[in-house]
This record gives sequence, structure tokens and C-alpha cells, in this order.
Amino acid sequence: MSDPITQAGTPAPRPGDDKPRPGMSERSIGLLGDRKKARLDELARASAADRGGISLFRDAVRRLRRNPVAIVGATIVGLFVLMAIFAPLIAPHDPVQRFDELTKNLTVDTIPGASGEFPLGSDPLGRDFLSRMIYGARQTLFVGVLATLIGLALGVLIGAIAGAFGGWIDVVLMRLTDVMLALPSLLLAITLVAMASRSSQWTVIFAVAIVSVPIFARLLRGSMLAQRESDHVLAARALGVKERNIVLRHMLPNSLTAVIVQATLTFAVAILDAAALSFLGLGDPDINRAEWGLMLGVDGQRYFEVRPELAYYPALAIIVVALGFTLLGEAMREAIDPKNRR
Amino acid sequence: MSLLDVRDLSVVFQRRGERPFTAVDKVSFTVEPGQTVGLVGESGCGKSVTSLAIMGLLPKRGNKVTGEVLFEDTDLLKLRPDDMRDRRGREISMIFQDPLSSLNPVIPIGVQVAEVLERHQGRDRKQALREARDLLDAVGIPDPQRRLSEYPHQISGGMRQRALIAIALACKPRLLIADEPTTALDVTIQAQILTLLKQLVDETGTALVMITHDLGVVAGLCDTVNVLYGGKVVERARRHELFAHARHPYTHGLLNSVPRLDSPRGERLHAIRGSVSDNIPWAEGCAFAPRCDNVVDACLEGPPPLEPTATGGDLRCNNPVSEEVAVR
Repeated sequence: MSDPITQAGTPAPRPGDDKPRPGMSERSIGLLGDRKKARLDELARASAADRGGISLFRDAVRRLRRNPVAIVGATIVGLFVLMAIFAPLIAPHDPVQRFDELTKNLTVDTIPGASGEFPLGSDPLGRDFLSRMIYGARQTLFVGVLATLIGLALGVLIGAIAGAFGGWIDVVLMRLTDVMLALPSLLLAITLVAMASRSSQWTVIFAVAIVSVPIFARLLRGSMLAQRESDHVLAARALGVKERNIVLRHMLPNSLTAVIVQATLTFAVAILDAAALSFLGLGDPDINRAEWGLMLGVDGQRYFEVRPELAYYPALAIIVVALGFTLLGEAMREAIDPKNRR
Repeated sequence: MSLLDVRDLSVVFQRRGERPFTAVDKVSFTVEPGQTVGLVGESGCGKSVTSLAIMGLLPKRGNKVTGEVLFEDTDLLKLRPDDMRDRRGREISMIFQDPLSSLNPVIPIGVQVAEVLERHQGRDRKQALREARDLLDAVGIPDPQRRLSEYPHQISGGMRQRALIAIALACKPRLLIADEPTTALDVTIQAQILTLLKQLVDETGTALVMITHDLGVVAGLCDTVNVLYGGKVVERARRHELFAHARHPYTHGLLNSVPRLDSPRGERLHAIRGSVSDNIPWAEGCAFAPRCDNVVDACLEGPPPLEPTATGGDLRCNNPVSEEVAVR
């Protein structure tokens, strides 16, 4: 009887595998050689780039840089961020100062338009509109970033607890988020702001943050549950890794990608929501603060027939910055998805 | 004293609204120190569930595990979860089927090897990483220093399985359970990994429980083989006994269905009739009876007992293949 090992073992090398096959012309071998050479060079370059551990994050960044959508999004966002940071240098005037040249021409029916020193003209209080637009980037991005970060932090906390513990804790937390998701987000934000005794920019930030919490929580909880059943978590259990480390080192880092992408998208929504609250008169009551939503809602609306530019520019700015973040978010979603890895 | 003595291990899946399903039915086997024992059977015969039950890795909900798993006379099933966690990875390790999904995709290989050393040997990260490099070297990973900082998706399937073996053997466990460690690898790599496993268990004196459906793996590696069918051991024999004189019709059929280099051209591969789902509950008779060529009346009158054979094995069959009939 022959031994079964020989049957299941390695196939014997076939003789002549590496010799050129008969019937192949010299020319075709030459062509193949060229193509092979190009391929070799390409591979060598790729592996040179690969040398050393490339984390998922760096891998994603590399793919982002090749995606035109990401570049457009990042450029838009980058410009607005620069504008926010360097507002004092870029803005031609102090955004809160009322200029005599402008106020003297202000009436109920006329708001001065562009003139040499004031490229976008005046706002209804005789302040430089361009400077207020530039400072508005600061305020708008600040509210958006902070609201998103707070929402992200709370959402990750709730989602991680629900996903890690499961059982009744999961049920209670998820029913709570269900209730929040059931209400239209803007309505919920309006309610939250209305509940605050004194509105300030913090009530806006907080309201917008709370609205984004359930989405983050649900997303993270979902991927945590998927991770809980994954092979590498089972493998970690088989090695006796402590439950705390299983959650913190094995489940959480693998679950965060979806949430990070969502954060970029939430950012656009947060800016829109904050603008909407200001528009509805529920925002920051400080008349000196330049904020696009406020400018669009109060001045733009009230003086739309006198000077529609007061509405156009803030509206355009909000749309463009939200678009920038949405493009970036979509590109990140694609870049981070492991199925797209090349 | 056996290193591992599994006695009447049963696992019953209990889902609300469904009839309980017995995945593992009073399985008993022993593993001596340094020995390699095979658990063989087709999909759904309970081999993976057996290993997860031994490791205490089955979810508490919906599973009822009974019997005894004596590891050096300690019943693992009665240990507190924390005590069991301390033993996993240190005294008993396990290797899984798919090396890619068994590694954490966002942590470098080196840190994953180091983690188990930090957990069980109290090493700090620096020391653990140094040892991790030596471990990777020992399992034949080239350029181990560089691999330490690489991520699982950057190395090949064979290397991933080597890394997993390094992790499993990092704390020099006395028992290693390998659940189809070569199924996800291609044939040439399979041979390498099996050779490596054999070499490592020989060097370290680690006992190995090899779970597989691949008889080639059994033939090359195992001292003793347990053949499972429908959650029960149907035949147990020394490796050479099993391959030379398989007594149970199921084992006999399995061996005959392996393609051979010396079979005449054009001959059809032998197949066992029916499929795994064509079985009857053990309470009614032999689960294999509907597919069996040797079925007799007694096979439908209750489960046949597992009885010792003349050659030192055990057999659960009313009408075994005669000892004179060699496998083809």
C-alpha cells in the first residue's frame, strides 16, 4: 500500500517549466521581456514605497492623495482653515468697527455697496462686510469643529460601552439613541437651545453636538459588535488577553474607521445646523460676532430687497465649506474602505 | 497522568424556540505529554466546537457544555473565567484556520507577538519586542526585525500563519490546539507549515491536538487519530493502524475517497453516499447508518457502543470492515 502522504504532498516540479516553450517566436519573447521589465520596475518601486510598516492610516492617506475628489475637498477645506487662522492678517479692517464713511450713507433703503476701501461694501451697521466674512470663517469653523468633536467623543463613549458590554446596557443605550434619532435633528437642536436659560455660542455648539451623538453611537456600536464576533478577537481571547485590552486594543481601533469618516460628513452638517440655528434667531446673541449663519439669517433676510449680496455671500460660503467637507468625507470613506485597497 | 483528559464532553446548542442541537456528544479522548493527537471529520462533525469547548471560548449564552476537561488533573470547565484566561496562551494555546482574519489588522506583527509575552510573562514592551524578533526568527520568518513593524496585510499568508504559530508558542505552552491550521494556505505552504509545526512541537515537547479534515495532514503528523462523526468518536486508532486497517466504514470510505497517484487512468473517485445531513439521531441508532454500505439491523436499534479493538484502538460499529480488507 502506498503511503497517503505522498498523495497529499507537494506536486513534483514539472520539467521544462522555466524553458521557453517551443513555437514561440523570438519577437514575442522580446515583447514579453519588455513588458516584464516594466512590470518589475513598477513592482520594485512599489515595494520600496512599502518598506517599513505602513499603517492603515498612512495607507489611506496615500490613496487619498491620488483621488481628485479628495484633493478638491481638501483644498476647499484648507483654504477656509487658512482664512480662519490668518483672519487678522487677511481682513482689511476690524470686523466690529463702524466706519463713518459707511454709516453716513446708511438709510433704511440703502446700504453702501463696494467702494475702493470696502470691496464688498457695508453691512447694515456700517461695518466692513468683507472683514466680517473673513472673520466669519473663524467662528463657523470653530463651532463646527467643536460641535463635531464633542458629538464624536460622546458618541464613541456611548457606542463603545454599548458594543463592549452588550446585554441590557446595550439595549438601554440603543433605545435612548433611537428616541433621539426619531426626532428631526434640527427640531431637536432647536428644542435644546430653547431649553437653555440664556443662549450663547455654547448652547449652539452643545445642541449641534448632541444631535450628532446618536449617529456616532450607532455606527460604532455596530462595528464593535461585528468586531466582537471576528476571528482576531477570538484569537486574542484564546491567548488569554484581558477583556479590557480586547475592547481597547482589538475591538475599538478596528471599529473607528467608519466613525472617523462619519465625523468629516457630520462636520458639514454641524456647520449647516449651526447656521440654521443662527438663521432662526436661536444662535449667539452677540451682535459683534461675525458668523455666516447669523449674517445670512438676520441681516441677509431683513435687507434682502435692499442689498441681496448680504445674503448671497454668507450662503455661498456656507455651501462651499460644507461641500468641501462632504467631498473630503466621501473620499475618506472610499480611501479607508479596505475593499478598495490596491 | 495524561496531559489532557477529555471525559464525556458534550456541547448542546440551545436556542430559544428551537430544538436543542447536540454538536458534541460525549466525546472522550486523552493527550499524553508531547503527543500529537488528531481529531478528524468532515464539516459539522463537532471538531471545532470540541476545541473551543476545551479552550472555554464558547459563548456562555445558548451553549451547554457538560463533562470534564482535565488538564493535569484540573477540570478546565470548572475554573473561574479569570483563572482560565490566565492559562490560555500560557499553558494552552490555539491556532486558527484563517491566518489573515486571526491577526488584528491595525496592530503591527511585532506588537501582536509582544502582547502575549507582556500578558503572561510580565515583560515590558521593549524586552517583549526583542523576544518577539527571536520568535519570528524561530518560525522561519526572514528579516524578522523588519517584520516586527509590518502589518498583517503586508506579509504573505504563509508568513502570517508562521507569525500566529510564533504567538501561540511564545509562552511555551504544554498543549497546542491547531484548528485546521493549513486549510487557508496553498499546498506548498501547507507542507512547510506542517513541517514547522512538527519540528516545533518536537523541540519544545508541546503536545498537539490537530483538528483537520485532511487525511494527508493526519498521516504526516499524528500519533493517534480520533475520527468524529455526528459529534461522536466513531473510531480511534494509532496512525499506522488507521491507515492500514480502517475498521469503521466511515473511516474506510474517507480513506478510499482520497485521490491516488497509482490509480488506473479514468477510474472514478470513490465517494461516500449521501451527505452529512443524511444522518439519524444517535438515540435512534448509528448516525452513519443511512450512508453506510455495511449497515445491519442492529444499526437502527440504538447507538452502537465504543468498544476496544484487538489492536489497541476503539471502534463504534456493529459491522466493521474486516481486518483483512486493507484500504484498496
